Amino acid sequence: MSLELKNIEKKVGIETHIYSTNLKLEKNTINVLLGSTLAGKTTLMQIMAGLDKPTSGEIWFNGENVTGKEVQKRNCSMVYQQFINYPNFTVFENIASPLKITGVKPDEIKARVGKVAELLKLSAMLNKKPDELSGGQQQRTALARALVKDSDLILLDEPLANLDFKLREELREELPKLFEDRDCIVVYATTEPLDALMIGGNTATLLEGNVIQYGKTLNVYNKPENLISAKVFSDPPMNIAEISKSGEIFKIKDNNVQWKSNVKIKDGKYKIGIRPHNITTYKEGNNSVEINGKVLISELSGSESLIHFTNGKLNWVSLSNGIQQKNIGENTKLFMNVDEFLYFDTNNRLVTNG
Amino acid sequence: MNKTSNQKAWFFVIPVFALVAFNAVVPLMTVVNYSFQETFGSNVFQWEGTRWFKEILHSERFHSSLGRQFIFTFIILLIQLPLGIAIALTMPKKGWGVPVCLILMSMPLLIPWNVVGAMWNIFALPDIGFLGNSLNSLGFDYNFTQQSGDAWFTTILMDVWHWTSLVVLLSYAGLNSIQPAYYQAAEIDGAGRWDIFRYIELPKMKKVLTLAILLRFMDSFMIYTEPFVLTGGGPGNATNFLSLDLVKMALGQFDLGPAAAMSLIYFLIVLLMCWVFYSLMMKDEGRT
Repeated sequence: MSLELKNIEKKVGIETHIYSTNLKLEKNTINVLLGSTLAGKTTLMQIMAGLDKPTSGEIWFNGENVTGKEVQKRNCSMVYQQFINYPNFTVFENIASPLKITGVKPDEIKARVGKVAELLKLSAMLNKKPDELSGGQQQRTALARALVKDSDLILLDEPLANLDFKLREELREELPKLFEDRDCIVVYATTEPLDALMIGGNTATLLEGNVIQYGKTLNVYNKPENLISAKVFSDPPMNIAEISKSGEIFKIKDNNVQWKSNVKIKDGKYKIGIRPHNITTYKEGNNSVEINGKVLISELSGSESLIHFTNGKLNWVSLSNGIQQKNIGENTKLFMNVDEFLYFDTNNRLVTNG
Repeated sequence: MNKTSNQKAWFFVIPVFALVAFNAVVPLMTVVNYSFQETFGSNVFQWEGTRWFKEILHSERFHSSLGRQFIFTFIILLIQLPLGIAIALTMPKKGWGVPVCLILMSMPLLIPWNVVGAMWNIFALPDIGFLGNSLNSLGFDYNFTQQSGDAWFTTILMDVWHWTSLVVLLSYAGLNSIQPAYYQAAEIDGAGRWDIFRYIELPKMKKVLTLAILLRFMDSFMIYTEPFVLTGGGPGNATNFLSLDLVKMALGQFDLGPAAAMSLIYFLIVLLMCWVFYSLMMKDEGRT
């Protein structure tokens, strides 16, 4: 089983929503579409589901061209950001609805709904209506409806975005388990890099209608092909600077911060990308370099401290563990973990990491 | 906690009291006052107790106009609700068609009621009116001033023309508030057009439709101006609805006592019906 997008393009009027895209999703995988709003995640999912037709290109499912196949005739299910359930059905009827339409026998419906409800902790609420449930339970019902069907393709369009923090964490932990033993392809759209990391599987980074990179999630995170992919997969945003290398010495263009590294690249101009957690108020790793910063904002979350600082033209973010109290305007010393730097060439392609 | 005494709130409440007293309580009490007394003008009143109420409740005339009123309102609701929903469903959801449709739909609502009556009166005249003349030349024996069936047909047609737009606009607003994801989710489930209407659109429109039914019920139950101008209640008493009858009794015959009693009964019927409707339709809403 596989889902393949071949040169898919989507234009609406004169605007291009999806630029020519090739993507092959294998069976039994969870695939995260990661990108900010308007990156084209939803459009791509709707094309996969058959809710929307591509302007050009083909979609192949299990070796069959399904480009023109109606959504009703495909075996897929979808969960939305909003909690979409039939308003005057009970939870049971809601979960059972896709089965009823396909004519499954009542006994079997009951068994299957019961099983899915148990999995999603809805057993006690089967007789309630959606508007009597909490947001988390409503979304669980929607998820149950998507799971009960044994679809070949399950699409989740930012399913956790409308939930509050606690419920989101809870459901996010459960999600990968729900899809573990299923014979299907799962596609999960999100704006949050953390979601992608926690869900694992494969990740495609998207920006403005382009799929930038697709591969194993950790691989995409650790070895982003280019600066754009690295930026998309970094929250808080990645710190970037132009540097020059000569011999063992690396130097940031805008200030005199420099460090030694035995990274094997030619002398010349490069860009570095540093993830915020690799700039800390304390030394980390064997090879760290000091940078002075003037504190712009300091956000404390209890377990982490986010410090925005400037150094010359640079406007960077650092993320340290624990509470690091800094006053606004204060000059402070921060340490960058050189081993975690990402080096890009002037065309923004990754040269090396570490 | 200490309770502080502050009487300033009265200054804010008194104007409302005064206003409500003037536009509701005082006129209502005047009517109540009339309904228990007999008057022959020149401010001479004579106590009659509940006589007028008993008379009205047992009068053949009241029964028949009340019956006509219920039949009229029932037919109106039966036509306007499905028609209004159907039109709202076919209206475009985006593009230049939206403002065009909305303006077209609101036009009948903006026309003064007696103008509507006059328009339809002329429109339906059997000799020179476009509708009347056309029907007659098509071979129908149509004359709304002489045949009660035709008078009913014309009155209902006029009301449908005048008020269906209201149902359309309310339904349209209700439909537009449904997120596109609902339709997509239903499509993915394999639901057909009817299922989408039955299980998504209709439940989602429930609140606006409740409002539409209430408004159309009240308005059509109290209809006066349009049939007054169109048929004047005729021919005979064929389209003599409750409010027409009431005005005839109060101003035509100057029977102030019975008319006052009748208007109180009328008022209570409207109130009761609205309450019943509302509590029936909002039965499930209490839980949320």
